[in-house]
Amino acid sequence: MTTTPTPAPTAPPRAAGLRGLRERWNDLPRWQQWLWLVPVVALLYALPVLNPPLITTEPGTNFPIALFDAARFALLAIGLNVVVGQAGLLDLGYVGFFAVGAYVAALFTSPDSMVWKIPYLWTLPLAMIVTMLAGLLLGGPTLRLRGDYLAIVTLGFGEIIRLLATIVGPLKGQVGFQAVGRPPGTDSTGQPLFANSDGTTWYWLVVTITIVVLVLVGNLERSRVGRAWIAIREDEDAAQIMGVPTVQFKLWAFVIGAAIGGLSGALFAGQVGFVNNQKFDVPTSVLFLAAVVLGGSGNKVGAVVGAFIVSYIPNRFVELAGYKYLIFGVALIVLMAFRPQGLLGARQRLLTYGREAYRRLVGRPDQVASDDPMTAQAAGNPGGTNGGPVR
Amino acid sequence: MSAPDQEPVEGGIVAEVARMTPEERAAHEAAVAEVVAPEREIAVAVGDTLLSMEDVTMRFGGLVALDGVSFDIRRGEILGLIGPNGAGKTTCFNALTGVYRPTSGQVLLEGAPLGRRQRFQITRLGIARTFQNIRLFGEMTALENVVVGTDARHRTSVLGALVRSPRHLREEREAVEKAMALLEFVGIADRAAEKARNLPYGYQRRLEIARALATEPKLLCLDEPAAGFNPAEKDDLMGLIRSIRDDGYTVLLIEHDMRLVMGVTDRIVVLEFGRKIAEGLPAEIRENPAVIAAYLGVPDDGTA
Repeated sequence: MTTTPTPAPTAPPRAAGLRGLRERWNDLPRWQQWLWLVPVVALLYALPVLNPPLITTEPGTNFPIALFDAARFALLAIGLNVVVGQAGLLDLGYVGFFAVGAYVAALFTSPDSMVWKIPYLWTLPLAMIVTMLAGLLLGGPTLRLRGDYLAIVTLGFGEIIRLLATIVGPLKGQVGFQAVGRPPGTDSTGQPLFANSDGTTWYWLVVTITIVVLVLVGNLERSRVGRAWIAIREDEDAAQIMGVPTVQFKLWAFVIGAAIGGLSGALFAGQVGFVNNQKFDVPTSVLFLAAVVLGGSGNKVGAVVGAFIVSYIPNRFVELAGYKYLIFGVALIVLMAFRPQGLLGARQRLLTYGREAYRRLVGRPDQVASDDPMTAQAAGNPGGTNGGPVR
Repeated sequence: MSAPDQEPVEGGIVAEVARMTPEERAAHEAAVAEVVAPEREIAVAVGDTLLSMEDVTMRFGGLVALDGVSFDIRRGEILGLIGPNGAGKTTCFNALTGVYRPTSGQVLLEGAPLGRRQRFQITRLGIARTFQNIRLFGEMTALENVVVGTDARHRTSVLGALVRSPRHLREEREAVEKAMALLEFVGIADRAAEKARNLPYGYQRRLEIARALATEPKLLCLDEPAAGFNPAEKDDLMGLIRSIRDDGYTVLLIEHDMRLVMGVTDRIVVLEFGRKIAEGLPAEIRENPAVIAAYLGVPDDGTA
């Protein structure tokens, strides 16, 4: 979270105002940044209880459940941002990993499945491991492809997962799995703490996990791993000639993104309590991608903001929900025309000790912001036409 | 080496150096050179053969781009590789940096063939290069670009980075120190915090050199580093290339500009139509009839 560029990411993207805010934020000492984040995080946790008017999605949608939806969407967008935004690998089949995670949770906890049962919370790490293996399986043979070719293969992967769920008998197709497990615990009235009908506790769980994931992904970003990803995105051939083992790091991006997607899927399965083959189609996958591109591909906070918007708006304005693909489609076209880098724009800090270094070299703690749209074309281009020939 | 046309940034390192007394500045520059100098163990002594091209031929379909080219690069020298357009200079360059695999013949680094190694492994063996058409990581800052170069020597695993292991933190700190010194060394420290794509052209060229040096190469290959430079900038660059050599690096230089090549190189290899037509000291090359013919053309039967 140390790399969060703005304290209030939902602020409208008025470039100049936002940049001023961002610069002031960046000039704060790090401990002050952390301090500012405390009330923001506290507010996040309090949201489902406060249920503030205007913001609330009721009566259309239960507000805590809408928040849970937004949170698990945000978690997933962080994972997809690693793949698409950081490493520049256009993944159109990310929903496949989400599905694998959901099915792992269902298979190992639902009474409908034939697999032996384990406690629900154990399925979270298990889902991550299984999706990582799925990521290896998909990435190993395909990551030599670039750009559009990779996009097509991943699109196929997403469909294969969905069709497997339909065709393979034990995965029970549309019938699906009822009564997926939940974390243990009951409240004073004997109701389970994590009920399918109430999203509040689930929301808290997902927000907590999301914060942990944000910190860990931030650690990776400010290391040779994050630098390798961005270098691959910018110019894969040059990266390799500078000593980056590109295939290895692309695989890592895929595997880490997959694990986060699987984690989100397992949480989704637990909260809804029901998994079948209906929620893992291509439009869903494209919606995931839209969230990342909308918020700012290559910016993990942007991905969170984009995910929140994409999941919150159909819940808040239920009467519009039927038009959500139309609305997001138009919104994306407008965005690409006027702000191709997304709402927050690509932004990464790739050095653990960057602040000290910049302060010594140029007298200020942060990289020079230059987000004018003329020069930010590359950021709005998640497919990564990275200059190199397609092999 | 700081560029003359740039206002020093207030509070930055350039302004700080400008405020130093001459003694302090000398000490500072020595400290920078110390960090920049390669620490690597190199098997061959100064003056011995570091890299040799042995009868290297490159064919692309029917086109023979390199035809049995052999030459040595000796440790500690600046070797110039020149030739008219299309002579095979860049092909030669790509063959010895591992971008192409020779059709026949081989490239030996410290006596060991490069073989079928991947490009990133060849970089780790100790051959670094810059690009004729600049290929920086545009969305990264100048400092980050250089740190990517240092990563070639880093051993932190993904897990280590995830949990910020002590080795990771140590490597990060050393990498930033080294990258800062390199930026100062090539003279672009004042714009370390800017994205590479926003840097002026001359800065981008220098940044490429800094990034290549960050990989701690035994051999630094510069592909037309002065392309697009004016005479004053070319003089600056000659000074930089010399100070790179003086710091203990070996340099291979492809360049069109004869004044620069003659002024900075220790030895020169001349290619024409994929063949080596001459090799020797700059003064010898200048007088070599084959070279003069290649550059100026030969009269037909003395009738011209």
